[in-house]
Amino acid sequence: MPDTKRQIIEKESVVVKFVGDSGDGMQLSGSIFSDSAALAGNDLATFPDFPAEIRAPQNTVAGVSGFQVHMGSEKIFTTGDLVDVLVSMNPASLKANLKWAKKGATILVDIDAFDEKSIEKAGYKQNPLEDNSLEPYHMIKAPITAMTKESLKDSGIDNKTAERSKNMFALGILYFIFNRDTKLAFKYFEERFKKNPKIVEINKIVIQAGYNYAETVEALESVIQVGPAKMAKGRYRNITGNIATAWGLLAAAEKSGRPLFLGSYPITPATEILMELSKHKSLGAKVFQAEDEIAGICSAIGASYTGSLACTSTSGPGLSLKSEAIGLALITELPLVIVDVQRGGPSTGLPTKSEQSDLMQALFGRNGEGPIIVIAASTPDDCFYMAYTAAKLSMEHMTPAILLTDGYLGFGSALFRIPKVKDLPPIKPPVAEANDKNYKPYKRNAETLVRQWALPGTEGLRHRIGGLEKENITGIVSMDPMNHQVMVDLRAAKVEKIADFIPEQEIHGNKKGDLLVVSWGGTFGAVHSAVKLAQAEGKSISHAHFKYISPLPKNTEKVLKGFKKIVVCELNSGQFVNYLRMKFPMPNISQFNKVQGLPFMINELTEKFTQILEEK
Amino acid sequence: MDFVNTTIERSTVQLSKADFESDQMVKWCAGCGAHAILAAVERVFPKIGYRKENFCMVSGIGCSSRFPYYVNTYGIHGIHGRAAAISTGVKIANPRLSVWMATGDGDSLAIGGNHFIHVIRRNVDINILLFNNQIYGLTKGQYSPTTPMGKVTKTSPQGTIEHPFNVGELVMGAQGTFYARVPDNNITMMTEAMFEAAKHDGTSIIEIMQNCIIFADKAHNDVIGKEHKDENMLIVKNGQPMTWGKNNEMGLVLRNTMLEVAEIGKNDVTADDILIHDAYNPDPGIHLMLAKLAPPHFPMVFGVIRSAMFPTYDDMVEEQIKYAKETSTIKNVDDLLNSGDVWDIK
Repeated sequence: MPDTKRQIIEKESVVVKFVGDSGDGMQLSGSIFSDSAALAGNDLATFPDFPAEIRAPQNTVAGVSGFQVHMGSEKIFTTGDLVDVLVSMNPASLKANLKWAKKGATILVDIDAFDEKSIEKAGYKQNPLEDNSLEPYHMIKAPITAMTKESLKDSGIDNKTAERSKNMFALGILYFIFNRDTKLAFKYFEERFKKNPKIVEINKIVIQAGYNYAETVEALESVIQVGPAKMAKGRYRNITGNIATAWGLLAAAEKSGRPLFLGSYPITPATEILMELSKHKSLGAKVFQAEDEIAGICSAIGASYTGSLACTSTSGPGLSLKSEAIGLALITELPLVIVDVQRGGPSTGLPTKSEQSDLMQALFGRNGEGPIIVIAASTPDDCFYMAYTAAKLSMEHMTPAILLTDGYLGFGSALFRIPKVKDLPPIKPPVAEANDKNYKPYKRNAETLVRQWALPGTEGLRHRIGGLEKENITGIVSMDPMNHQVMVDLRAAKVEKIADFIPEQEIHGNKKGDLLVVSWGGTFGAVHSAVKLAQAEGKSISHAHFKYISPLPKNTEKVLKGFKKIVVCELNSGQFVNYLRMKFPMPNISQFNKVQGLPFMINELTEKFTQILEEK
Repeated sequence: MDFVNTTIERSTVQLSKADFESDQMVKWCAGCGAHAILAAVERVFPKIGYRKENFCMVSGIGCSSRFPYYVNTYGIHGIHGRAAAISTGVKIANPRLSVWMATGDGDSLAIGGNHFIHVIRRNVDINILLFNNQIYGLTKGQYSPTTPMGKVTKTSPQGTIEHPFNVGELVMGAQGTFYARVPDNNITMMTEAMFEAAKHDGTSIIEIMQNCIIFADKAHNDVIGKEHKDENMLIVKNGQPMTWGKNNEMGLVLRNTMLEVAEIGKNDVTADDILIHDAYNPDPGIHLMLAKLAPPHFPMVFGVIRSAMFPTYDDMVEEQIKYAKETSTIKNVDDLLNSGDVWDIK
């Protein structure tokens, strides 16, 4: 089907964004488009951009929904800063997204949606399609709504239903622009609507009509070709961070032999984890939608006591509510995985936007001395491995673990090379054996300081644990001053010893140099890309991206000491940087922060690096 | 794993009180009603007949909530108000445990009110011993959600201005399936109610009218005290007429839609006119009326007021998992990882 009449322009990577009203089906067009890119062999990353409201007023900027795809024949690390191709289904979506379009970007608009009322509702004083304001762009003005209806006039469906398929017409145009086979899109409908051939037929007609229309458009002088990426052999799928997190927990449950329990309360942007695990009862997952965040974590603590891999998923405000219970899990020394999909704070803040908001809360947000494991995922697919790791470390070391992801990772997708469960590292929780005469609730492994997990129902191990301080070894309630000191120290030392069981901190680039760029969590893609650009320019710059935060990798200080200057880049006002300063007081640690509910842009990072390197 | 047998395993040996006695010093005040509750639990657990390892005691915070330390079972002493949520997790995760929760009027009706109503609504199969002493004891004497209106306490020097909860009414409002009310001065009655609670599938609430000798002494005395009980306590038994009084001469009758007090032998009232208690009636109408009765115009009702059969949350969890395992094509995590849209790069 490639179009031979037109020039084909090869590109290494392209960013495409579908935008429209909340009800316009932009998420669906975007997902089908990205699935096809994946099937064609591109590497890719996607990100949906939707309003906090379910259906904000129609045709307003507040109601704009979008889906961004970054695809390439090279390795893709981010969802892309600026857009090469923008598909805009109404004036409001154009108004909201034009600032993200590159100069010279191709913009496809549905001119039928640019009526006087919609233009006014979007906040335009005049029709932007007629006032030359879009001159810097390559405009494709298509009567998408009218032609969608026209294409379906013989299909026997009413006009209103037909109109709802306009997103598929736009999709068809994009398949032409990207020289893609429409069969890739048909496959999506054929597989999902086997029992409803009418739906398959209608969507095929409209997609093909869009494709055919594009062939006749003179403004399309060339088509874009993004070739397949060089990727490691294996089986792949596209996965969002939240789904990957859920699956990582399921994998850890299977590997450890401990049944999975999730106690959670719905909260944006973490709810998908709860919904996803609810689907997997066939794997024995017990999912409890609790009456509130506190009940979510407390039910998980009850489940953990009985020997489950117990988890709770939440976001910032929910983590605040869970604080006291996390303290209970840490003093009872029970395993517990707390997934925090961070969002903009404080308070309700920016529920659908991403921010590295909760690092300090995760590290210190408890009464008393409360060290626990804190780790962070870097990319959507990494959420699988970090959720698995959180479960492994928590169970093997009998202490709660907080896994920090964020809205950007949770909703965003990346290609995931599917592992085999047998190849994942083993998980061996310290379950106590029946009738062990020497069992004591707080007797510890001399090397790891880990106590045993004695499961109710087991003969000969009856014992009580709880939130009151306990005597070391025996577990009897104790208010003894020296014992409290011992227990506080032991709990801290136990967590610190986990550093022996995690990888050393990696450095991308040389181990010594002028500038070390430090980042953690979901900013990996942007920071990594920016450092690579600076390295390509010959700058003396390296990158250390932290995934293990409490405890820190053993070589952290050594890593930091190899550089004249250090800059810690974070999407908050400086939480990790102050943690590092506290642990390793060094005068040369600076910071670069952004708190706008938006990811880092690569160019703002490279500019900052240049500035720091030039400072005397 | 195939069918999960949720029946709690029974002990193969005869257990006794000694099997459940803890080696810990019991630190409740001398004369506290909690001592009698502990005695009743130690008496009833061996009678229930489950393996001693299959009992799990859960609590929140407060005097009542030290309970797990004083009985030799598996146990977890939680945080304030959250015992119902912890118990829910224990029971869902391991339905083969007999879960008992010790809590108080502050723990379950104030700070933990939300978890209390929801565990009842879901009908999770746990047994809740609610020590109602109408006061905050461990924090030394502030009013609670069950303190009678007007009562002077350390935080209500002019008397409380709050309407207290009636526990039975709250339980029934939350669609409770089992509710018993017992006095702390009658170990036999407590033991019987606990035994019935153990038999009941679903959330069982046993409200124990417990005396706090330090901060609310004799709070229940007007009803359960020796000198008042004949007049003010109606002890109900399923299938029996609801009568009380020194010679069982008083009885409850239903006139129009209201319960009324009648004296047998007066105004043509015969023993046959007295209402028979039906604890197993799924309809909570009469149960609610019974729970709300109180002096001076009525006696207060004790015993098992409601014990209705409804499906339990934990059983339904197991059923859904069993069904999913039988019908799903996804049998393990490798199946899941490879399901849906996947492709190979060679």
